[in-house]
Amino acid sequence: MTGGPVNEARLHAYVDGALSDGERAEVDAHLAAHADDAARVGAYRAQNEALHRAFDPVLDEPHSLHPGAARHVPPARWRWSAALAATFVGGAVIGAILHAGWQGQRTGRAAVAIARQAALAHAAYTPEVRHPVEVSASDEQHLVAWLSKRLGTPVRAPSLVSAGYQLLGGRLLPPAGEAGSAPVALFMYENAQGKRLSLLVRREPSSSDTAFRFAAQGSTRVFYWIDGPLGYALAGEIGKDELSAVALGVYRQLNP
Amino acid sequence: MPAFTAADIESLIPRLRRFARALTGSREAADDLTQDTLERAWAKRELWQAGTNLRAWLFAVMHGVFVNGRRRGRLTESLDAPEHAARERADDAASAETAIAVRELREALLRLPEEQRQIVLLVGLEQFSYAEAAEVLSVPIGTVMSRLARGRERLRQLLEEGSPDRHGLRRVK
Repeated sequence: MTGGPVNEARLHAYVDGALSDGERAEVDAHLAAHADDAARVGAYRAQNEALHRAFDPVLDEPHSLHPGAARHVPPARWRWSAALAATFVGGAVIGAILHAGWQGQRTGRAAVAIARQAALAHAAYTPEVRHPVEVSASDEQHLVAWLSKRLGTPVRAPSLVSAGYQLLGGRLLPPAGEAGSAPVALFMYENAQGKRLSLLVRREPSSSDTAFRFAAQGSTRVFYWIDGPLGYALAGEIGKDELSAVALGVYRQLNP
Repeated sequence: MPAFTAADIESLIPRLRRFARALTGSREAADDLTQDTLERAWAKRELWQAGTNLRAWLFAVMHGVFVNGRRRGRLTESLDAPEHAARERADDAASAETAIAVRELREALLRLPEEQRQIVLLVGLEQFSYAEAAEVLSVPIGTVMSRLARGRERLRQLLEEGSPDRHGLRRVK
C-alpha cells in the first residue's frame, strides 16, 4: 500500500492513538506527502467517531440485565418486566415465573433452537387452510393421548379460550436434532378473525428451567421457555404484548 | 470462592450491551446475547485468572456465545422489529442528519463480514488495544491487523456508496 516504514499497520495504530510521539511524527510527515493515505486515515478516524455517536447512547440506557448470580441477585429479566408491565397477572403467577427465572442456569442454545423450530413450523403450517392439523380438536382426547405417547411424556393442550383462541388440533413434527430423537408436538389455535397461534412442545435434553424469552423471525414472534422435561414455544403473528399475555396464560395452566 | 463478584461485572454490562448492539444491529438480540454472556461468564467464573483483564475476558466469553449462536443459525439476523429500530434511531440522534448518518453506519456495519465487524468494533468502539483484541478473539495479532485493515476499508467503501434507498440504484461492480 505504502512504501517506507509507514505501512498499513502503522496507519491504523496512528488512527487508534497507539503510537509514540516519534512514530506519530513520522506518520504525520508521510501523510503530508501522501494524500490518498491522509484521506484514508481521515475516513477511519471519522468511522471511530461515528461509532461512538451511534452507540454510546446505549451506555446510558436503563437495563435490567444482571450477572448470572441467580442466588445473590433477584432475576429481573427485562423481557419479563416488559411482559409483566403489559399484562395484568396475579401475584402467584409472577411468583411462579420469577421462580422459573430464579432457577436460571438455562441452556441458551437449546432455548434458541426451540424458538427457531417453532417459527419455522408456524410459517409452514399456519397458512394451510384445509390441513393445518393432522388430528382435529373434535378428537382432543385422542390427540393428546397420541402426542403424549409419541413424545413419551404427558403433554396437554392448554385452553386459550379466554384469550379468544380455539384449539384447531395438532400434529406431530419430526425430531429436531439438538433436542434428541423424540418427536415434537404442535398445537394450533385460531381466533374468530382467523388469526392462528401455534404452540410447539418438545422434550428438552437438559431439564434446566428457563425464564420466558422472546424472539422473532420476520413477522413471526415467539415466546419460549423450558419447564421441567418439556420446552414450549408459542408462535404467532400478533403483537408482542398480546402474545406475551397468551404465553402467560399457557404457563399458568401448565403450572397451576 | 468466586474469582470475581457479581458487582465486578455489573459495572461492565453497559459496555457489553453497547458492543452487542453494534454487533447484532438489534436491541433484543443484543440483550439476549448479553444475558447469555453474563450467565456463561458466571458459570465459568472459576476459569478467570485473578489479576488478568476482566473486561477482555468477558468480551471473549461474549465472542464465544456469539459464534456458537451463529453456527446454529440464530434468529437474530432478522430480529429487529422496525418500530424498535425507528424508535432507537429517533432517540439516539439529535438531528435528522445525524439520524441518517447513524442509520447508514448501522446498515453498513451489518454488511461487513462478521469477523471484520467484530474487530472494527472492538478497536474503534470499545477501544481495546490490538493485543487485547487478539486475546478476545483468540487470534494472532497479525490477523487482528489484517482484519482491521480490511474491515475499515470495506466500511469506508460502503459508507461512500451510500445507502441504496437514497440513490435509487446502487452501482454494480
